[in-house]
Amino acid sequence: MEKTLINLTINNIPVSVQKGSTILDAAHKINMHIPTLCYHPDLKVAGNCRVCVVEVAGTKELITACSTAVTEGMIVTTNSYKVRTARKTIVELLLSEHNADCTKCYRNGNCELQWLASEYRIGDHVYHDLVKEEEKQPDSTSLCIIKDDSKCVRCQRCVRTCSDLQDVGTFSVINKGKKQKVSTFYGKPLKDVFCIDCGQCTSRCPTAALTEKPLYEEVWDALADTGKHVVIATTPAVRVAIGEELGFEYNKHSDSKIIAALRLLGFDSVVDSGYFHDIYIVELCTEFMLKMKQDNENAAKTILPYITSCSPGWVEFVSTKCPEIKPLLSQCKSPRLIFGSLIKTYYADKKALNPKDIITVSVTPCTAAKNESTQSMTGIADVDFSITTRELVRMIRQSGIDIQRLDAEDYEPLMCEHSGASVLTEVSGGTTEAVIRTLSELVTGNELDPKMLKIMPLRSEHGIKETVLTFSEVRTGWEFLKDQEIRFAAVNGSRHAMDFFKQLKENQKHYHFAEVMICQGGCIGGGGQPIPVSAELIKARASILYSLDEICGQQKAHENARLNAIYREFLTKTELKENQKILYY
Amino acid sequence: MDTLNQKRIDLIFSNYTTSRYQVLERSLQRPPEDIINELMDAGLKGRGNVGFPTGMKWKFAKREESAEKYVICNANESETGTFKDREILERVPRKVLSGMAICGYCTGAKKGIIYLRYEYAYLKEQLQNELNIFHEHIKKFNLDFAIEIFLGGGSYVSGEESALIESMEGKRAEPRNKPPYPVISGLYGLPTVVNNVETFATAQVICAIGAEEFLKLGTVYSPGSKLFSISGDTIKPGIHELELGTTIEEVVNEFGDKNTKSVQVGGASGFCIPHRLFAETVIGYEGLTTGGSMIFFNNTRSMYKVLHEYLRFFAEESCGLCTPCRIGTQQLLLGIEAIKRGDRPAGYMDVLKKLALNMKTSAKCGLGQSVANPFISILENFKEEILY
Amino acid sequence: MSENKSLIQEFVRVHGCGRNNLLPLLQEIVHQENFLSEEAVQAVADTLQIPASEVYGTATFYNYLDTEARGKYVIRLCRNISCMMQSQAEIVSAISLFLKIKVGETTSDKKFSLLQANCLGWCHKAPAMMINNEVYTELTPQKAVQIIKEYKEK
Repeated sequence: MEKTLINLTINNIPVSVQKGSTILDAAHKINMHIPTLCYHPDLKVAGNCRVCVVEVAGTKELITACSTAVTEGMIVTTNSYKVRTARKTIVELLLSEHNADCTKCYRNGNCELQWLASEYRIGDHVYHDLVKEEEKQPDSTSLCIIKDDSKCVRCQRCVRTCSDLQDVGTFSVINKGKKQKVSTFYGKPLKDVFCIDCGQCTSRCPTAALTEKPLYEEVWDALADTGKHVVIATTPAVRVAIGEELGFEYNKHSDSKIIAALRLLGFDSVVDSGYFHDIYIVELCTEFMLKMKQDNENAAKTILPYITSCSPGWVEFVSTKCPEIKPLLSQCKSPRLIFGSLIKTYYADKKALNPKDIITVSVTPCTAAKNESTQSMTGIADVDFSITTRELVRMIRQSGIDIQRLDAEDYEPLMCEHSGASVLTEVSGGTTEAVIRTLSELVTGNELDPKMLKIMPLRSEHGIKETVLTFSEVRTGWEFLKDQEIRFAAVNGSRHAMDFFKQLKENQKHYHFAEVMICQGGCIGGGGQPIPVSAELIKARASILYSLDEICGQQKAHENARLNAIYREFLTKTELKENQKILYY
Repeated sequence: MDTLNQKRIDLIFSNYTTSRYQVLERSLQRPPEDIINELMDAGLKGRGNVGFPTGMKWKFAKREESAEKYVICNANESETGTFKDREILERVPRKVLSGMAICGYCTGAKKGIIYLRYEYAYLKEQLQNELNIFHEHIKKFNLDFAIEIFLGGGSYVSGEESALIESMEGKRAEPRNKPPYPVISGLYGLPTVVNNVETFATAQVICAIGAEEFLKLGTVYSPGSKLFSISGDTIKPGIHELELGTTIEEVVNEFGDKNTKSVQVGGASGFCIPHRLFAETVIGYEGLTTGGSMIFFNNTRSMYKVLHEYLRFFAEESCGLCTPCRIGTQQLLLGIEAIKRGDRPAGYMDVLKKLALNMKTSAKCGLGQSVANPFISILENFKEEILY
Repeated sequence: MSENKSLIQEFVRVHGCGRNNLLPLLQEIVHQENFLSEEAVQAVADTLQIPASEVYGTATFYNYLDTEARGKYVIRLCRNISCMMQSQAEIVSAISLFLKIKVGETTSDKKFSLLQANCLGWCHKAPAMMINNEVYTELTPQKAVQIIKEYKEK
């Protein structure tokens, strides 16, 4: 590890940084702000926008702070006349290529170009307007993502995110010169190209060139319809992150205040999503156990590893990239769809409501969830509207609600309990930990060893995390598992999903269980989370979820008392086929 | 100074018909440092549009410790009005191949590539035949150096050395962040010398005649001679080798059509020299770019149309990566059109001038940085033609 | 369409799958099919394991890697300053009139496409044009049309 320190000055202030650091790194160290645009902490350095140009003594032209390594004795000036005029010109040029309809724009108030322009108070159209009329029609063909070329600043963050970070490659820069733009294969609309809707591009785009397809207006309409009973569930990943955009730090009162806020918005019922996550974990566990039994009985057929399918982006990825492993995916519906499906059946029944009059709204960090639609046995959609954390923020802002000032409220009593395990499902590795807790007790018949409540290898920052389990004691009927190694993998990010798939091709029998989350860090890094995003922020969100699990009275999904009620009263009483349709595809 | 006619230089194209790579053979008997020092003493500067000291470039590459290095001959000649490299490759290719081999010998590179622009694809077969002969000689001289041809895809910006390398790696020809420079980290991240066709040919010439002889020509800052591609309103269009340090006036006296209004030196990215400055402007590295293109404009030509054409060219050929160049080139073009039409006041020209200067300081590569050259030189010297 | 697949397989067999082979491979396809179709670009992407959008993005950067359908003979007239000064515009008009197509278009029999190019490097013998890889210089409107007539008879 290179430990040499390099000494330089920035605006006459001395600073020392490690060799290999950039001028931008050095400036960060002394809290000297250099504006940037194409730079993003998660992505490879580009050096394209030129917003971060600075003056270095001895060099004729200005150079970019993000891409230039420091040298001993370097004299950097970030605010000379030459730098300021260059920067102002660059922002003015960007605005001439931009459809600045800020008052209508989805990113108004949280747009990096807007911020840069306001620094220099640029508003007059100095130059000619270069935005083409046809560009003002965004590509809304996808169910999840909207691409608006008229807002693109060509920072290429989306290209770098999609190709380098996620290894999907939906976007590419095409043509050159005045025709240069960010586009797709042959400029086709998003619905016609390979895109897994993970939305990682939308959370890294500095403007509204890429956004999720908002559905909150439709939710407002549903709330205004007196004939509809609107039920909402928010996931933990949403609640721990929402304060990033609303200006408060998540604490032990936040959940209950958010419930109050949702009621104020007009929702008829606020249910605990953890309840459905617990059902999901239990079903996942039993499906996995059955698969292991089948595998044991028929070694010739490969039905393992058992792979989760709750990440809709992952399902899209599999459908295009590796359809041959589709038979290995779990057939259990995702927690979101279980929520929708149970509200329209069990809840409707209990509340004597007509399912046709119920609207289910699921708030998640997920953009791909908007594409995840199924119909329960009654032919009615499980989830009517899937909206992101950012969309909920918008609704709360539009209502003028100050969450901090609200009194605590509780969830709908019918579905108000959750376990610590349910919280974990939104961190990469967490679903696996949750399943292991239930699996251990179901297989051994013994109480879980407390040490198993924290499986550190599944909490590392690796793309593919692993752990191995062995049971020395097993219940009758599960003797084939005694002293056998059961190998678990937790994958996050589609780049690692591709690596995982390649591993599978080489040795399919290596893993028994695999959890795959297509977003960086799992759902907490979902494409619909607050902007800005960074690896650090994702880590902080994960931390909160881990501590929420620890302080939870019950940490195993199957301990959730309300689950026993629903299973006893409803899920095991209905015909098996019907039960299948409620919880399974 | 003698008149031009008496100083007809012919270093590049002469002494060729019996070429059996004797100069190369001789050079391989010398220590590499010797050759590099000779090039530095001769003051050889790059014959593309940049003019970096060649000896220094080879020295940096030599210094790098790497099992693999590359020598690339930049034959992407795409600057407006430049066609000398084509003629060198057609008439005296062995001088270029020798130059490349000498470079390989000096720096430790074993692989050479000629990056041939697509528009010169017709030359590929001929060059390949030359390469077959070259490789036979190389075997006899016991030098581990092989050259192959890479055909460009067709773009002006591929002439920028790091963009050229990106193109060879199968990507868009977009310039890289520098440092590191190609001599440190070039093709596939390995030390790479990229030099113009004429640079390699001139390096061979210097090895043939010696630095002292070469220094008899030119000035202190611009030693020697170089090829000039002359076209436009001229009585002698074609390639002419001229001594560096010659004044534009002398060139116009010989090549002009007696009605010369201005001369564009260095192509679209160069400077436009008006009549009143002919006598005091010398061709060389003292401030002008020297890709060697010289386009003559007589009094019937509209400098507005000339500037308009250059800006159209840049707006199209810009790689589009960096903000100042991608958008700035378009704005300059639209700007002069608007002023001409009367849609913008004459004062808008000051805005455009500031824009061009800011492009010069903040663009990512030489293309964006050079647009100010023709823009400001034509604007300042032919203001009325641009405005009205 | 399987023609370009076998071309690609053969190319890869000789030169390998490296990214550095992308431009030469695309040039081979253009040489055979006059342009890069969607199928061809997708096949290249699948074989070289590069995202299809990236292959497309790389191809569209270069002037001679057409991703739009072109005719058998692509006529490219240099439009830069030296050729402009030698009445290049008249030559464009003459060819346009003769072939009954505008710049950027292809004849209905798919034999000719008319395009403009940047400096071809024949400024001392302007105006110049390329038809595929062949260069023609010192053109006049009549000479240019005559050359194209000869191609028509091929």
